[in-house]
Amino acid sequence: MKIVVAIKQVPERDAQVRVDGAGRWIEEPGSQYALNEPDAYALEEALQLREQHGGEVVVVSAGPERVGATIREALAKGADRGIQIECGDLGARDALSVARLLVAAIRPETPDLVLAGLQSDDLGQGQTGVILAELLGLPYASLILHVEKTGAGLKVKRELEEGWFQTIELPLPAVVTMQSGGNKLRYATLMGIKRAKTKEVRLLRADALDTESTPVVVLERVLLPTKQKTTQMLTGTVKETAAALVEKLKVEARVL
Amino acid sequence: MSGVWVVVEERDGRVSRISWEAVAAGQRLAKLTGLTVNAVVPGAETTAPAAEVAVKALGRVVRLEHPLLAAYTADGFLLALQQFFAAEQPEYAVFPHSYQVRDYAPALAARLGEALIGDVTAIGVGPEFTRQLMQGRLNGVYRHMGGGACFVSVQAGAFRADAVEDGSAEVSVFSPAIEAAQIRTRPGERYRGSAQTVDLGSAQRIVSVGRGIKEAENIPLVQELATALGAELGASRPICDNGWLAAERQVGSSGQMVAPKLYLAVGISGAIQHLVGMKGSQCVVAINKDPGAPIFEVADYGIVGDLFEVVPALTEAVRAAKG
Repeated sequence: MKIVVAIKQVPERDAQVRVDGAGRWIEEPGSQYALNEPDAYALEEALQLREQHGGEVVVVSAGPERVGATIREALAKGADRGIQIECGDLGARDALSVARLLVAAIRPETPDLVLAGLQSDDLGQGQTGVILAELLGLPYASLILHVEKTGAGLKVKRELEEGWFQTIELPLPAVVTMQSGGNKLRYATLMGIKRAKTKEVRLLRADALDTESTPVVVLERVLLPTKQKTTQMLTGTVKETAAALVEKLKVEARVL
Repeated sequence: MSGVWVVVEERDGRVSRISWEAVAAGQRLAKLTGLTVNAVVPGAETTAPAAEVAVKALGRVVRLEHPLLAAYTADGFLLALQQFFAAEQPEYAVFPHSYQVRDYAPALAARLGEALIGDVTAIGVGPEFTRQLMQGRLNGVYRHMGGGACFVSVQAGAFRADAVEDGSAEVSVFSPAIEAAQIRTRPGERYRGSAQTVDLGSAQRIVSVGRGIKEAENIPLVQELATALGAELGASRPICDNGWLAAERQVGSSGQMVAPKLYLAVGISGAIQHLVGMKGSQCVVAINKDPGAPIFEVADYGIVGDLFEVVPALTEAVRAAKG
């Protein structure tokens, strides 16, 4: 089975969030970037499917030059090769435009299965995988925890709201977006890191892919959230704050 | 062009709660733009939910009916709504941000050359749409460009279901053309993950633990505080994903929706999916080392500090207070 995994590089979860001077995005958090967590689960699922059924795992990612490090990380974990779409204006593109770029790189690969994390930790739109399916004209399933290959297709476990699940069957080729938590993520081994250096990463330039990029949706500005409640922040020594909190919960909030 | 269309979901024959919130958002959008607002109810048998929305202040209510819409499939809903929107040419399409909408709305928008503005928390003059970024640590303000339809889905709890205005609307039926062969996926029955032994939904007090706890070995620290408070132990998604606590203890959109008297969040930053599950709590306390953590936005009391120092001190103080 040939599997393409769409991955994204995102700021690390602990990275400081500061609005940039123009108020359009955040200040670049230096070198603090990581593989988007749901995409790590998509990669893990792909690697396990390859271990069971053979085939190839190709990772594809769009973004500036630094994205190369995240592709290498995926190769170190076991992906066979990578495709990097060099794109300096990722932030100015809407979900449809980003998906068009990825499709231009994915379509020539004619994969049996395309996997993506269900959403990114930075924009959190949760759309890319589903739009990939639409543009590729393939059946899809989203918010999936587990993928099982059957005779002609796939059987997947879909997460629903409030603790419910559902099994969905779909034919191949297909697109599946992965929810976090279905598998245990593997770490890159030293051998894996060494091998990754010799694996192929093909560079594609976004402008050479000639996809439609006029946005239909724009992020005009970003701002720090305003408080929904008045929060009383308790300060002092640890012992003082603990005592003050218990007092307030008893007397003010009356919940003890 | 035919104004604002709200896509209403039914659940067990009734309009779902979040769909009412989408109707409220649609009415707000109609006021801001001077357009009329209408509702469309996709399904196999939609008489009852259509009648429910027909007594609200809407221009028209359309039952988008086909037997192949009985069980939800993305292919079925995409075909039905694509044909309906081709006929109606909406300026705005408003959806509840449910798991079902997350599954098909991005594809529907793409099919029409549009992009969904998803999980919207506020609609302002312009219209401008606010949604959360960076796991809730940042808000983004979005605008739709061009002359096509603007697709928006609204976050659970962002608009008030009880703010929907009453009125009366004419109900009609639209029958899309769908062939069984066009539905490529086979959905199975819904099932529960495992037998429920903990009912967080009815708990009066909950102490929840998140990533900040660092390791499974540290969980007893928080359990002690929960015991001292007479509280149930809850968790954010990563804790359950790691198998440190059972999945049934997960609070949030994919876990349990809770509304206790006291919700004490320990080492939880407060991603949107978690906040949606607990913001109905009467009193929220947050303990986190990051003063910028979004959990503080919904907290009544906050302590910025190292949970490994604060939690044991708090356990002591609770025990002392109880004598």
